[in-house]
Formats: sequence, C-alpha cells, structure tokens
Amino acid sequence: MYLLIVILPLVGTLVTGLGGRWLGRKGANLLSTMCVVLCCCLSLVAFFEVGLCGVPCYLFLSPWISSGALKISWGFLFDSLTTTMLVVITSISSLVHLYSIQYMEYDPHCPRFMSFLEIFTFFMIVLVTADNFVQMFLGWEGVGLASYLLINFWYTRLCANQAAIKALVVNRVGDFGLSLGIFSIFFLFGSLDYELVFASASMYTNYNIYFFGLPINFLTLIGIFLLIGAVGKSAQLGLHTWLPDAMEGPTPVSALIHAATMVTAGIFLIVRCSALIELSSNVLFLITIIGSSTAFFASIVGVFQNDIKRVIAYSTCSQLGYMLFVCGLSYYNVGMFHLINHAFFKALLFLSAGSVIHALSNEQDMRRMGSLINNLPITYASMLIGSLSLAGFPFLTGFYSKDLIIEITQISYYNNLQITFGIFACWLANISVFFTAFYTFRLLFLTFIKNSNSYRKHIENIHESPMLILIPLILLSFASIFVGFLTKDLFVGVGTSFWGNAINILPLSCSLLEIEFMSYLIKWFPFILSVTGALFAYIINVGVLKNNIQFAYNYTFRKLAFSLNKKLYWDKLYNFLIVSSLMKFGYTVSFKNIDRGFIELLGPYGISRTIKSWSIQTIKIQTGQVTHYTFFVVFGLILFLLFVPVLSLFWSFVDIRLLTFCFLALFVV
Amino acid sequence: MITQLYCENYTFFLFLVGVLGIFLNQKSIIIIIMSLEIMFLSVSFNFIFFSLSLDNIIGQLFALAILTVAASESSIGLAILVVYYRIRNTITIELMTLTKG
Repeated sequence: MYLLIVILPLVGTLVTGLGGRWLGRKGANLLSTMCVVLCCCLSLVAFFEVGLCGVPCYLFLSPWISSGALKISWGFLFDSLTTTMLVVITSISSLVHLYSIQYMEYDPHCPRFMSFLEIFTFFMIVLVTADNFVQMFLGWEGVGLASYLLINFWYTRLCANQAAIKALVVNRVGDFGLSLGIFSIFFLFGSLDYELVFASASMYTNYNIYFFGLPINFLTLIGIFLLIGAVGKSAQLGLHTWLPDAMEGPTPVSALIHAATMVTAGIFLIVRCSALIELSSNVLFLITIIGSSTAFFASIVGVFQNDIKRVIAYSTCSQLGYMLFVCGLSYYNVGMFHLINHAFFKALLFLSAGSVIHALSNEQDMRRMGSLINNLPITYASMLIGSLSLAGFPFLTGFYSKDLIIEITQISYYNNLQITFGIFACWLANISVFFTAFYTFRLLFLTFIKNSNSYRKHIENIHESPMLILIPLILLSFASIFVGFLTKDLFVGVGTSFWGNAINILPLSCSLLEIEFMSYLIKWFPFILSVTGALFAYIINVGVLKNNIQFAYNYTFRKLAFSLNKKLYWDKLYNFLIVSSLMKFGYTVSFKNIDRGFIELLGPYGISRTIKSWSIQTIKIQTGQVTHYTFFVVFGLILFLLFVPVLSLFWSFVDIRLLTFCFLALFVV
Repeated sequence: MITQLYCENYTFFLFLVGVLGIFLNQKSIIIIIMSLEIMFLSVSFNFIFFSLSLDNIIGQLFALAILTVAASESSIGLAILVVYYRIRNTITIELMTLTKG
C-alpha cells in the first residue's frame, strides 16, 4: 500500500503522458484523476496507520549507488511528518485534478496538462517519502522540473517561457545550496540516510572546520546550506522573485504548485532536518530573520498589487515567511501545522480566483472586476472563507496556526528564553498580520463588493462556474473551516506525541506551555490587528473614504504605492546588479576574451596564424641575391662557432620551462 | 724563420682573406672565383704544412688532389660564367635575383 502511494502517480503520468493520444481528453482526465484520488485515499489510510496509531513504516527497495563509503538506496520512510505531507499533497492534488478537468476544458493539450500535474505529484511524493538526502534531492529537482513544465504549459506565450525559466533558474540557485549542504553532510557523517545523520548529529555540535584559519561550526555551515535550499524553493526574501512571476501558468497550477505543495518543500526540508538545525543557534537566528523579513516584505508588497493572482502569490510568500520563522524559533510542529492549514486555504483562494477569472473571460486585473457577489455567490462564499481563514478569523483554520505563530513570537519577551531575535520576528509578524488582513479584504472588496468596472461584454457572459469547479471549492471551504480545529490537538496540542521522532526540538527551546499563560491582551492582539486591517480596507475601498482618498494626488503616497506596486524594485535591482552584469560577464569575459580570445589564440587560430607569418618571414630571407646567401653562410658559421661553446657553458643555467615559454611567446607575436 | 704557429696563422689569414673576398664582394663573379682559388690554396698549403709537421705523406697527396679539383672547378666555374655572360651580357652579382623565394 505504501509503495502504491508512490507508484500510482507515476503510472498515471506515464500513461497519460505517453498514451494521451489514444486515451483522449476524457480518458486522460479520468485516469489521472482516478490515480491521484486513489493515492489520496491510500495516504489517508497511511496517515491513520502511521500518524494516529503511531507505527512508522520503513521500506527498503534496492541499492541505488554504492561506491566506497557512499551507499545510497531506494528507500521510503513513512513517519508522521511524511504522512502528514502526503495527505496534504495528495488531497490538494486530487482536488486540483478534479478542478482542472473543467477549467482546462477548452484547452487542446489536456492530456499533457494532466500528465504534468501528475508528474508533479509524483516528484513531490518522492520528495517527502525519501529516507535519504539524495532521493529527497531527486524529488526536489523533479518538482522544480515539473514546475518549469507547468508554468510553461502555454509555451507559445513569451511571458510564460520567461517566467518558467526564471522559476527554474532561481530555484537552481537554492538547489545549489542544498547540494552543497548534502555534500557537507556526507563529509561530516559519511552517510546520507536520515536516521543515521539525525541520530548522530548531536555528537558533532563542537566540530569546526577552519577556513583561512577561521573556525566555522560545521553544523552551522550545513544549516546555512540547507537554509539556502529552503530559501530558493520556498521563495523567501532574496530568492523570492520567481514566485509572483510563476503566476503565468494556468490557475490550477498556481494553486497546486505555488500555494500548496512545491513551495512548502523548503519548509518541509527545514522541519525534516530539525535535528540538525536545532543544534545551531546561529542558523535558527538566520532562519528567523529571513522568514520574518519575507513575511513583512511580501505582505506590504501584496497591498498594492492589482493582479488577483499576484496578490495571492504574495500572500503565499508572506505565509511561507511565517512558517519559516516559526521554525527558526524552534516550533517546527507549529510551522508544519501552519503549512497544512495554509495549503488548504491557499488552494481554496487560488481556485476561487481561478473561478473568478474563468467567469470573467480570463480577466485577471482586480481593477476591472467588481460586484461579482451577485453573479458568483458560491465563489464569493468560498473566497470569503479562504480570506477569513488567511486573515486569521477566530475558529477558522488559519486562526489556529497563525494566531499561535504570533503568540510564539510574543513569548520571546520572556527573559529566561535565549531567543532575543524573536522580538524582531514579533514586530514584523504583527505588522504583517495587519497588512495581510488589509490586502485579503481589499481583494474581496475589489473583486466582489465594489461597483463593477468590467466590460459589458464580460458581464453579459458571466456565469457561476460548473460543478466540477465548484466541488473542489466547496470541499476546500469545508477544509478551510474545520481542518484547523480538528487537527489542532493532534499537531500542536499540549504534550502531543504525534510527531514522535520526526521532529526534534531541544527541551531548552520548547516552551509551548508558556504561550498558554500569556495575558489576554496579547492573545487578542493579532485579532485586533486583523480587524483593523480589514476595516481599513473597507473604509478605503467601499466605505466613506472610497472617493476621498486619491492616491495619485499625494506625491509621497504616490511614490510609496508605486514602489510597492513595483515590488520595491527587487527585480529591477536584481536585473541591474546580478542578471545583466552576469550576462555581460558571460559575453565579454568568458565568451569573447577566454573562449574566442585566449584559447583560440593559443589553439588552432593562433597556431595557424603564427605558422603563416613565420613562413612569410622565412620566405623573405631568400632574396635571390648571392651576396645575401654568402652572408648567411658566413653568419651561420660564425654563429655556430660562437654559440655552441657559449651554450654548452650555460646549459646548466637555462631552464627548459623558460625555453618553452619563449617558444610559446613566439606564437603570440 | 718559419715556425709552426707562423704557418698556421698564415694559412688561416689566407683563408680569411678568401672568405672576406666572397663576403664583401658585391660586384663581380670573377672576384668570387678568385677568392675561392685563394681559399683552395690556403687549404692545400695547410695540408702540406701539416704533412710536413706530422711527417705524413697523405697530406701532400690531398694537396695534389685539391689542386686538380681546384683547377677543374675553376674551369667549370669560368665556363658557367661565360654561358651566363652570353645570356645576360653582364656578370654583376646584384642582378642575379632569379631564385627569389
């Protein structure tokens, strides 16, 4: 059964991908959806067995690489972390499959799309079920590849091509960090199996390597490398630029990849390696700083985006920041809990946005929407549930995890805990709670409540989406309401034994109990912030100030809004500083100077040119004048008579390397 | 008195005179042939001197052989010179640039 979870999506993708021509649209849809739904049912069973009954399952298939000390095998590890991820991945994936049957109805390449979705699911499952780092890396790269294929699904569009290449390349930067991390793990532990590495990690807390005489804690180094990997995949600040651009793909792709699953791989990596990361407080510090900066940055940038999908993409980025910094504060289980909840409500938001876009004839700009509440009631309801959940409205899914995260940041004010950097996270997280509420409600108001700005033609064609789109929305709405409450005690309850050995937290930094005894004001604080943000959005967009605030007329405000809309110029800065300078470097230095210059000069072109010029020179010696010939004869005789004794005298001082150099130098003449 | 060193220097300078005659001469082929004759003479004189000095007859035999070779060579050279003069009407060396590379 456990192997079937892994194999089913592979079978699905191979059959739909290779035999799509014979299966046809309906056959491909049916087969791929069946595979992934079956996979989802099996993962639920696995979740019951492994998570609830507490029996982790280890499967060993066959050796893969065996070379000296390096022994890597195909093995699968199903512990509570894996099965939790599995349930998330397969359930979201099956709903997205179901959704895309209708959404991609008029697309001519439906089997290909289904195959790509399925191969993504497969690689994601390989990523989470692996029992060693290399197999995990296989899934990691495969997920990146699948994201390339899916973003680039409409490959005739230039934007989609660019976005896909950007996603792949920016991800590859992180992947490079991860592979360095894997190398250094092998260097330190001599093995890449999870159990061996995590079990022996605590032995190496004081192991240093010396870099130019500077001692570097090796576990810190490994943690930083792993963090770079997570930053790339989870779109954290610095390597976040690919995520908003990845919205060029079809909306179900955005829901599956860039909300629920692929971006969570980075968080999963951090949680999986908790035993390594927990041992280095410097890495925890870095994770906290990066995560909270991302949460803050993405939330303020999301405020002034006008593309409905971009807003949700930035909110994804922001929520991933939450997950990451809560891992940095050593609450990996809370991070995982938020990951699960976030997957459900973010998939809901994306799919609802897809429904809106579908209804409005592919209009994505929020300024061209409005008053859809009358025409799309079910979509509105699901979007509202998703938004409230995202904003952390009490007793919805998002509340249980997000509120807990904010409270965790507050306890860093307790003096006896050595996590002073949590204060940084606390400030940024609380500010971003406000902005999160603001932009989610802004999205709601602009799309559904405000007066319509659409074209009449679009409004005439407007219709509530068909059943196959609504079923996933409704199911995800239920999930967004109930999942948090149902699984709260399981994942982050006091003294829960669910995670077992999957997550390792040092007893020193585990202070979930303190959270329960904070003052009421602090516990209410995020809610108050959210409500204020929502009220702000209401006042500005539909309330009293809707016509009074003219952004364009206030200079400062205009500049601020414009730069926020331009994502604070990160892309421009990157293009200016890194991308274009690297391209120029590649063209001028490595292509023009080294490849076509230096190597060509010492290689074929230089040699042929030198021999030609040499022969011309020697031909010029032969003038035909007899006197010249006699001169050369006599000159040669004298040279011979003079230099043979001199050379034989100095032969011991002449270096053969020097002669070689002189000989080579002749070529360049 | 004719000493060993004297003879050696004498032949060497005679040979050098021949070489310089070829080397410095820019004008006439006849002078080249004459310089060649001087070189032959110096060489054969050297042979004779060494045969006397080492008391060995082979040097004198070589000297006789060189005399005949020099005679035949100068005759062939003069013949070539005459043929060349018939064709070009001049024996100036500077104009002999037909074998330019």
